[in-house]
Amino acid sequence: MQPAQFHESTKVEILWTAIPVLILILMAIPATKTLIAMEDTTEADVTVVVTGSQWKWHYKYLEHDVEFYSLLATQKEQIANRFAKGENYLLEVDRPLVLPTGKKVRFLMTSDDVIHSWWVPAFAVKKDANPGFINEAWTRIDEPGIYRGQCAELCGKDHGYMPIVVIAKEPAEFDKWLAGEAERIAKAKAEEQELLAMNMSLEELMSVGERTYTAYCAACHQPSGEGLPGIFPALKGSSIALNDKPAHIDIVLHGRAGTAMQAYAKQLSLKEIAAVITYERNAWGNSTGELVQAADVHAVMQGKGE
Amino acid sequence: MNKTYEKYYVPAQSPWPIVGAVALFLIAFGAGNFVNEVTKQQPGFGGYVLAAGFAVLIFMLFGWFKNVIDESMSGLYSAQMDRSFRQGMSWFILSEVMFFMAFFGALFYGRVIALDWLSGGSNNAMTFELLWPEFEAMWPLLKTPGGIETQAMPASGLPLINTAILVTSSITLHFAHVGLEQSKRGQLKLMLLVTILLGLTFLSLQVYEYMHAYHDLGLTLASGFYGNTFFLLTGFHGMHVTLGAIILLFVFFRVLKGHFTPDNHFAFQAGAWYWHFVDVVWLCLYVFVYVL
Amino acid sequence: MSAVVTDHEHDHEHHDHKPSGIKRWFYTTNHKDIGTMYLVFALIMFFIGGTMAMVIRAELFQPGMQFVEPNFFNQMTTVHGLIMVFGAVMPAFTGLANWMIPMMIGAPDMALPRMNNWSFWILPFAFLILLISLFLPGGGPNFGWTFYAPLSTKYSGDSTALFVFSVHIMGISSIMGAINVIVTIFNLRAPGMTWMKMPLFVWTWLITAFLLIMVMPVLAGAVTMVLTDKYFGTSFFDAAGGGDPVLFQHIFWFFGHPEVYIMILPAFGIVSSIVPTFARKPLFGYASMVYATSSIALLSFLVWAHHMFTTGMPVFAELFFMYCTMLIAVPTGVKVFNWVATMWRGAMTFEVPMMFALAFIVLFTIGGFSGLMLAITPADFQYHDTYFVVAHFHYVLVTGAVFSIIAAAYYWLPKWTGHMYDEKLGQWHFWCSLISVNLLFFPMHFVGLAGMPRRIPDYALQFADFNAFISIGGFLFGASQLIFVWVLVKCARGGEKATAQVWEGAEGLEWEVPSPAPYHTFETPPVIK
Ligand code: HEA
Ligand code: HEA
Ligand code: CUA
Ligand SMILES: [Cu+2]
Repeated sequence: MQPAQFHESTKVEILWTAIPVLILILMAIPATKTLIAMEDTTEADVTVVVTGSQWKWHYKYLEHDVEFYSLLATQKEQIANRFAKGENYLLEVDRPLVLPTGKKVRFLMTSDDVIHSWWVPAFAVKKDANPGFINEAWTRIDEPGIYRGQCAELCGKDHGYMPIVVIAKEPAEFDKWLAGEAERIAKAKAEEQELLAMNMSLEELMSVGERTYTAYCAACHQPSGEGLPGIFPALKGSSIALNDKPAHIDIVLHGRAGTAMQAYAKQLSLKEIAAVITYERNAWGNSTGELVQAADVHAVMQGKGE
Repeated sequence: MNKTYEKYYVPAQSPWPIVGAVALFLIAFGAGNFVNEVTKQQPGFGGYVLAAGFAVLIFMLFGWFKNVIDESMSGLYSAQMDRSFRQGMSWFILSEVMFFMAFFGALFYGRVIALDWLSGGSNNAMTFELLWPEFEAMWPLLKTPGGIETQAMPASGLPLINTAILVTSSITLHFAHVGLEQSKRGQLKLMLLVTILLGLTFLSLQVYEYMHAYHDLGLTLASGFYGNTFFLLTGFHGMHVTLGAIILLFVFFRVLKGHFTPDNHFAFQAGAWYWHFVDVVWLCLYVFVYVL
Repeated sequence: MSAVVTDHEHDHEHHDHKPSGIKRWFYTTNHKDIGTMYLVFALIMFFIGGTMAMVIRAELFQPGMQFVEPNFFNQMTTVHGLIMVFGAVMPAFTGLANWMIPMMIGAPDMALPRMNNWSFWILPFAFLILLISLFLPGGGPNFGWTFYAPLSTKYSGDSTALFVFSVHIMGISSIMGAINVIVTIFNLRAPGMTWMKMPLFVWTWLITAFLLIMVMPVLAGAVTMVLTDKYFGTSFFDAAGGGDPVLFQHIFWFFGHPEVYIMILPAFGIVSSIVPTFARKPLFGYASMVYATSSIALLSFLVWAHHMFTTGMPVFAELFFMYCTMLIAVPTGVKVFNWVATMWRGAMTFEVPMMFALAFIVLFTIGGFSGLMLAITPADFQYHDTYFVVAHFHYVLVTGAVFSIIAAAYYWLPKWTGHMYDEKLGQWHFWCSLISVNLLFFPMHFVGLAGMPRRIPDYALQFADFNAFISIGGFLFGASQLIFVWVLVKCARGGEKATAQVWEGAEGLEWEVPSPAPYHTFETPPVIK
């Protein structure tokens, strides 16, 4: 077969430039409209401040005294393939965010450490949580139910283990839940005060401590307390866990600026902090035999002028 | 129709490139370790590797340039080669411009966008309200959102003198070039020497200014966005002045040895372009870092 | 474009002996040797990066943690991306540029031959540093190839400094390589090789080199700021000091977006060389190809923030970047249509290079369309940081850039080695790759749309079936590349002798020198009429 030899035609060149331009314009118009609507966060009925931190979410209802952390609830054994995986493997949390249906909910996203991104596909909301800045997004949920999502920005080792669960309730139900939650939080605070006068036993401290350690500390310092050399320091045999008790309490309470060590004063109760420090000072052969009580923790807190 | 070439000199083989690659390897690997050791105050080998890298680099530059100079002096190069060198140098300078653009871009973003948002501008009203309610945007940024305070470096005084020095040095360098082209070797030598001395004066004053900033103004590398951009821009500029001065110094030695002719002086030309480029960077820097 | 050589071989007194031994490679200034080293290096890096991809796919074969720790997984993702981009695709293109550009424009060598060798030898060392860092306590870089601050600053490990300096010297290498290409093209074209007679591969590389010179220094600036933020107390990317983590992303993507075109423009040039050869018909719309390439390059400086739609930019910025991004589809479309028109009523044959070029046209277009979907900001809110994006960029990078490199290798192997490659094995390589690569990357669109985020070592159960499927596709694609190595080794060692023209429809200066191309070509310039 003889090939044809044509190699130019201004007419078709113009045609296949113009047609794509038209298609693109047709795509751009609805996209622009949608985008402008999506970025309009005014006139919201409820505002939730969403704060990401390695590797959990914190929710605070701006107009109410309700705030809490939300952590992955899937057991470690499921991840390690030792237990069968549940239906909502990696998409379940201890305390879901609760939102009312039919209302415009505004989210204020920020972060305590690195960039995270709060994403619930069903709400069409994915917004980065940038440390030091607040981004806004909004949604309106039509149906009551459970909605799930995940952190969408690489935020370190456990980026894959930072799910989001939202329970949408009818407004009346939602108000009831909110009131109950406010009460629960107030009660917990009162208990804290009582606790200051009490001394817990080593067993109790160690068992609460181990639970807390596994949930909050083990991700970095590892269940064995050996840390990950070069990124997360070991606690086993470390001088801070063996010697300087006030410094140990202080670093757990206030974190260490410029590192991945967060401040836990806000995240954990006095009892949990006392327990976890006791645990760290007595586990993995760190047998100092020392007990740390809620009052000790409180004292350090006061000392810092809180 | 293109310029024809008769012969294009392609050196048969050369050991210097791979020596240069080893030098960069030692520098990068050494610096990577050294930075960790210095900031954590741990002992280590990084500093030695880094130093070795620079030693090898200098060795390589000497060897490589010696080859090139010998080839050039023995007439192996054609006008076309000279064009290659010149074009190569101009594109290299463009890449340097882009390197500085990254920092100027950061400066622009910080001043115009980040500070505005931190104080509630654009779509960041809540950033201000919830996170930094006490923050006031200003430039120079004398108090950061986190509360670090510092003082501003004034534009008058030393920086102004330094500007004058650098501009003068560009002019003297131009006259050196004129001298070269008109075969006035005396003028060439004198003006080149003056240029180098002006460059060194600039550098000393710059060091003095840094000490002033650290000791008297509390303006340090760590004092927030203002200090960051101030020191990185002036610092990288200073490194370029140093490099430019070294190049000119070598050109000066070659002039003393009688190298360069009115129509064959690529090394001189390259050094001069570099110097003018560094000068222009300073003018931008003076305007954006000190004055505005 | 018609380039006819009149006198090119009257300089026969010249030696054609090559220096021998290891010194030949260490000390060489010969563009063909350096091209070969770049290509071999790129192939090795492709296998190393591919092995890391295999680790990723093995871990993702099933939900739950099987083989590696999450932190190590992140290192694999990061280093896989870095190696493939900077170690495999870019050096492969530079290798092709080294081999072909001087031959295509009738130059005796690259303009700055010693610097050429320096550019190359930096690379093995740069990647050595990167690979060494994986064995440090705390491991290598684990913050993604995009190394967003503050994950890469305050929250990164000790290896960050090594990463930074390794990127610095990689950048030096790229910039020097690019300068060499530009100067060669500006200054060493044979008489009569006017701008609008230059083969498209040369054109696309000229523009690529320009992009490299513009953006590699910006990358150097970005890593430098990461270094000072991490080690020296600056706060470019820290709000408390008046900076902004998003500033990092602006700087990175100002480099990063042109970077992705750096990885595709030379591919366009390759396809524009291959398609006319096997259609035996001149390239349709040569001039518009040149203008389209230039437009893509210019537009590429105006679209960077399409990677940052979810960072909370103001609406007008989102709209601006959305529109500019969409515009890029127009010149790219012109290229695709020109290739199709070139084939239209041609006398086509389907040797391996043509097969890969055809696959490129189809599969790159799929990748381009998914890119267009990502450009629509409100849609990107949903797709961003999911496997949909991973699908997009592997279509443009693997079935785009990598397929074009493979096509180029088959196309020019006879010129390089003097032997024809084994056509049958090549066809096997093609079909195995074509099928497995789609098994590998196509389903990623679906898992992405179903909501699977990228950069996670473990995932929810609804993604399990697709991931198993994808992993199998991945292993098959990896195994298929072993055929490629087989073909390469076989062709290097022997085979049917190739003629000077090699392909019946091939035109251009490189096809007028004997195969294998002599060590020195065009020591006196050919004259092109
Ligand atoms: C070779 C590399 C390459 C190429 C060529 C492209 C090409 C394009 N890319 Fe892609 N992209 C990447 C590599 C590449 N990309 C990478 C690596 C990432 C991820 C980085 C990371 O986060 O790690 C990415 C991410 C990425 C994003 C961000 C996604 C996100 O993170 O949320 C976006 C968004 O706009 C995008 C868009 C586009 C567009 C519009 C094109 C266009 O150029 C495509 C144009 C082509 C066509 C459209 C097809 C042919 C045209 C026609 C046949 C004409 C007719 C058609 C119409 C007019 C409709 N890309
Ligand atoms: C040109 C660039 C390029 C190329 C060629 C590839 C090639 C491949 N990529 Fe890559 N990829 C990127 C660029 C590239 N990638 C980038 C930039 C990222 C983002 C990184 C980030 O998020 O920071 C990424 C991320 C990325 C991810 C997402 C990781 C995550 O988000 O966690 C995955 C997952 O499947 C993946 C898979 C693959 C596979 C299977 C291949 C295959 O094509 C590889 C095939 C090659 C081989 C397998 C090697 C050859 C064969 C052997 C070694 C023989 C032995 C093997 C067997 C017998 C099985 N890549
Ligand atoms: Cu938090 Cu990813
Ligand atoms: Cu892009």
